[in-house]
Amino acid sequence: MVSTADTVSSHTATALEIHDMTVAYHRKPVLWDIDLVVPEGQLVGIIGPNGAGKTTLIKAVLGLLPLASGKVEIYGQPYYQQRKLIGYVPQRESVDWDFPVTVEDVVLMGTYGRLGWCRRPGHDERELARRCLEQVGMSELGRRQIRQLSGGQQQRVFLARALAQNAKVYFMDEPFAGVDAATESAIVDLMQTLRSDGKTVFVVHHDLQSVREYFDYVILLNMRLVACGPTDTTFTTANLHKTYGGRLTLLDEAAEAVRQREPFR
Amino acid sequence: MITSSITQIVMIGTALLGATAGVIGSFAVLRRRALVGDMLSHAALPGICLAFLVTGSRDLLGLSLGALATGLIGVGLVTLICRWTRTKEDAAIGIVLSTFFGAGVVLLSIAQRSTTGNQAGLDKYLFGETAGMRSGDVRLLAYTALATLLVVILLYKEFKLLSFDPEFAAAQGWPTLALDLLMMATLAVVTIVGLPICGVILMAALIILPGAAARFWSERLGPLLVIAAVAGAGAGVLGTLVASPLPEQWLGFEALGARGLPPGPLIVLAATAFFLLSLFFAPRRGLLARSWAELRLRMRIAREHLLRAMYEISEDRLPDRPFVEESQLVAHRSWSKWVVDWWLRRAEGGGLVERRQTAIRLTPRGLAAAAEITKTHRLWELFLVESAGVARDHVDRDADAVEHVLPRPLVEDLERRLTEAGRMPVVPERVPESPHEVAG
Repeated sequence: MVSTADTVSSHTATALEIHDMTVAYHRKPVLWDIDLVVPEGQLVGIIGPNGAGKTTLIKAVLGLLPLASGKVEIYGQPYYQQRKLIGYVPQRESVDWDFPVTVEDVVLMGTYGRLGWCRRPGHDERELARRCLEQVGMSELGRRQIRQLSGGQQQRVFLARALAQNAKVYFMDEPFAGVDAATESAIVDLMQTLRSDGKTVFVVHHDLQSVREYFDYVILLNMRLVACGPTDTTFTTANLHKTYGGRLTLLDEAAEAVRQREPFR
Repeated sequence: MITSSITQIVMIGTALLGATAGVIGSFAVLRRRALVGDMLSHAALPGICLAFLVTGSRDLLGLSLGALATGLIGVGLVTLICRWTRTKEDAAIGIVLSTFFGAGVVLLSIAQRSTTGNQAGLDKYLFGETAGMRSGDVRLLAYTALATLLVVILLYKEFKLLSFDPEFAAAQGWPTLALDLLMMATLAVVTIVGLPICGVILMAALIILPGAAARFWSERLGPLLVIAAVAGAGAGVLGTLVASPLPEQWLGFEALGARGLPPGPLIVLAATAFFLLSLFFAPRRGLLARSWAELRLRMRIAREHLLRAMYEISEDRLPDRPFVEESQLVAHRSWSKWVVDWWLRRAEGGGLVERRQTAIRLTPRGLAAAAEITKTHRLWELFLVESAGVARDHVDRDADAVEHVLPRPLVEDLERRLTEAGRMPVVPERVPESPHEVAG
């Protein structure tokens, strides 16, 4: 019975499957009825204008935001059963970079999920952290306080932390935002290494120019799913127009109407 | 024995309180929740009075439970106000804090009017009081300290992650809400236990000050917590010492405490003293260290500007090292005369320039240094104008040399283009000691 399920989705497994997902912030829906399936081993760009819900999509998948409806599955299981398969790179601005931790401390946080309650990272974890830092080209900076890093280096620390999670599916929220050319190419190299190891990488991305070069697969988003599929067939002018053309759509108005009905605001 | 046994008991108690408040308060400070401690202690006052009115006893445990109850209700109210209305957190804290404190003061006067209330000494909760401290109270403090330390040591990794990046923690599957509540509950317990000593008005200071001070001394969380604990304990001991009646033979004069100074404010003042000390004198983060670093940077920039100006003025006449009138230098970059004077004196002392009356010129060593600085400057200029868009983030303009910051091929390309434009500074093979030798 296992084999029938497998053959239906051809030879590759499904990394992420979203069914009928709607997400709301303070009762204002920001993502409507998302349905998508992404096979494993792909570099996936999540593309859309500002306020399209790209970050919301990632956070909802990771269980950081409650779903108003629908369900999310990673390798066929609900997210909360598959946490150890997930690596997460949040937006760089989401933390206080003056926090008293070193680069190595931050990378070690990637191993916390596997360590479980009360156990401290030991020699093995430090060794892993060192290798992850090496992979992002920052092996000499382990003892630095994180405030002393440049923006690109901070981004690479977050990448190293995600690598230390030793995941199968990675979610990266705008890793290319405000980084230098060297970091950008380091991230691209890293993504390709991850893909050749059979990992799936989801990347929220802004620069339409580089989409074809970087990604095998795209998710075009503007509060609803516009399209999802291989870049060659999906990243088309028609689809882009649907994604970016006309910001004040019917859905915007509908969301506003729902919000207005809330009495205490 | 230099102090009476009563004072010793009190000192142990306040040291324990200071240390625990420092440790758990550090997390509050790092998470920008410092005001939660303030709110907790103010919101505790009505709980204390209610507990007394209901039970009629001044048993410390009963009063503390009452304080804990209203304190937590206060925290809950702030959370609810923030979540369900558009009121911001600072305003919500202000509202809840003052409302609860107002209610507390009203209840306090009611409690004191009752027959037993006069002896209850509930007013000590306002400003704190250690005179009545007994070994039982110290035991309560010791248990609290032990429990807090145990929680922080066991959950050090979890608290660290929660404080730095709560979303990442949640994505990894940590129950962030429960951890957050545990951290806040620990903070609440420490605050409440400290109320009889520091008072509701000042307890928050003991929560905030040690952590804020410790941040100046360490860039890592572990050492920071230890420093905060030591600072808190030190403030406790120091404040108690000043407040308590010390034996005359030790001080040589009648101690201040004999006139009954309240220990709570003194403990807080001791913690403030440590904070001020850190603010000014801490290495790297302290104001003095930062001003010094700033001054040195300015001096370096001044030196480089001077040398570059000298080089640019004499560039056409190389390999001669012509004398330049100081007025010419002043005009070159519209600097004020005394600034140029001051720079020149320093450069002369460093053997980079030599002086003849009001004229100066570069020494051979100065010329080499000036050429190098000018080259670096022009490479940066070229790079910033033409390729900055490519690698904006890579430019660390504080760096001494382009070569150390930019990739080698890029530097070579820049150098080639500078040479083609005829702007590449070169130090002549043979620098004549004096222009006259060449002329002659």
